[in-house]
Amino acid sequence: MAELAELRDRRSARLRPGGFDDLGLRRALGDRLLPLLVAAMTFLAALALTGFVAAAALARHWREGAESALTVQVPQPGGPADQGTRRERVLAILRGTPGIAQARALSDEALSDLLRPWLGSEAQSLALPLPAVVEVHLSGDGPDLRALAQRLTQAVPGTLVESHGVWVARLSTLARSLQACAGLALLVVAAVAASVVAVATRAGLAARREAIGIVHSLGATDGYIAGRFARRATLLAFLGSALGALTALPVLLGLADLAAPFAGLQGIAEPPNGVWAWLAALPLPLWLALPGLPLAAGAIGWLTAQATVRRWLRRLS
Amino acid sequence: MADVIRCEAVGLQYVRGDGPEVLHDLSFGVPEGGFRWLLGPSGAGKTSLLRLLYLAVRPSRGRLEILGTEIAGVKRRALPGLRRRIGVVFQDFRLLAHLSAFDNVALPLRIAGRPEGQIRADVTEMLRWVGLSAKTASRPPELSGGEQQRVAIARAVIARPDLLVADEPTGNLDEAQAERLMQLLQEMNRLGTTVLVATHNEGLVRRHPARTLRLSHGRLIADGGVG
Repeated sequence: MAELAELRDRRSARLRPGGFDDLGLRRALGDRLLPLLVAAMTFLAALALTGFVAAAALARHWREGAESALTVQVPQPGGPADQGTRRERVLAILRGTPGIAQARALSDEALSDLLRPWLGSEAQSLALPLPAVVEVHLSGDGPDLRALAQRLTQAVPGTLVESHGVWVARLSTLARSLQACAGLALLVVAAVAASVVAVATRAGLAARREAIGIVHSLGATDGYIAGRFARRATLLAFLGSALGALTALPVLLGLADLAAPFAGLQGIAEPPNGVWAWLAALPLPLWLALPGLPLAAGAIGWLTAQATVRRWLRRLS
Repeated sequence: MADVIRCEAVGLQYVRGDGPEVLHDLSFGVPEGGFRWLLGPSGAGKTSLLRLLYLAVRPSRGRLEILGTEIAGVKRRALPGLRRRIGVVFQDFRLLAHLSAFDNVALPLRIAGRPEGQIRADVTEMLRWVGLSAKTASRPPELSGGEQQRVAIARAVIARPDLLVADEPTGNLDEAQAERLMQLLQEMNRLGTTVLVATHNEGLVRRHPARTLRLSHGRLIADGGVG
């Protein structure tokens, strides 16, 4: 009796298998090569996306830095000058110059932050003769920089005036170029992924030509047949892309860890206490964009399969 | 009564332009509820005519009307709806080898988007009718030629088509099975389905006399007579 019931169950399961596959696409669009290729594409896309986000962050960082369009360095800031120390003299001249909105000497902590990437977090304890650094915000067109530099050097010898404008413009251009390259790389990866799906779909069409002819003769619309292919291609592209994004995640976290000291972070803390800090090392835009990669891959799979199959079906009457 | 099939000077070329014409100047009509034998030697053009009738190809010239629709001018997206009203039994069965007999028969209903509960009941009944209740889960390669042909017939009639065309439907059946099939086709015909059957089986035609279309070298040489 039990054998009979088992036989009946087995037969019933074979009658209506889950996900009715009338065109036999599970074999024609296999679950190995296409997902693996899409996974590789997604890995590259994740790297390109990281480049895009990093270049955007750099550009923003430099743009914010450009607000203080002038830096004045005062060696031996505590040394004597007219009416106080050399630092006070420089500040007085700057504040009295038309075209300067604000002049502010960086605190020792701010200076340490600036130097940390090169000297580490203990810069102050090295007893180096550090200059005072004055951030100058300009108003309007600003003063004549050459004349200002001359006045400062005469009043406080050794003072250096450095304009950020040219460098910020160059760095911004560089950052924008890096962003454009990363964006272009993303587009190329998307185009290659679409080509891979199109080739796989065409191979599937060739393999299932007869089955397509049969369902077509039974009254299946182009939308019905294209939908079958698109559903399969979307699933495979989504799964492959999810695999690629998951593979890329530790690599991106590693890169974020390497970049952390330059971003003023302390680097990856050891789990378990620092697991959130470890994950937080990745910028928020990347956390938002990474899950978008499988969705984008699925969309590319769907659109490409639909277009490929519908174009192919036009040969049938 | 309106014609379900109406041909007026229909010609067919598989390769437009320079290709040879395989059907020439066919003119005939089959009224709703009619039954026709389609006879002729091999190469006479029977299969080509059937391909025209189940809308696998469009005529190169002339006027072909199927189920009230002029085929040459109809938009491509209107054809699937028309095809669903036509049942076809192919000479080579054209079953999907990876699907069970049940799923093969259910295919037209699933394509038409019928509810699964109705499909289950209809297909089970249809397979019982063609004597394949015990083979519902078998795939075509596991079936004999006759069983495959019965699955093909069940698939052709499951959606209760308005027009049924069959190409050598008794080719793989013994006499008893062929008779059973003829009873099935006549029952469909009695229920209002227009039926056109191409065959070489002269004995079957003699036992079931009906009006005959006779082709030779792509031309209609007779439309009438009985058997």
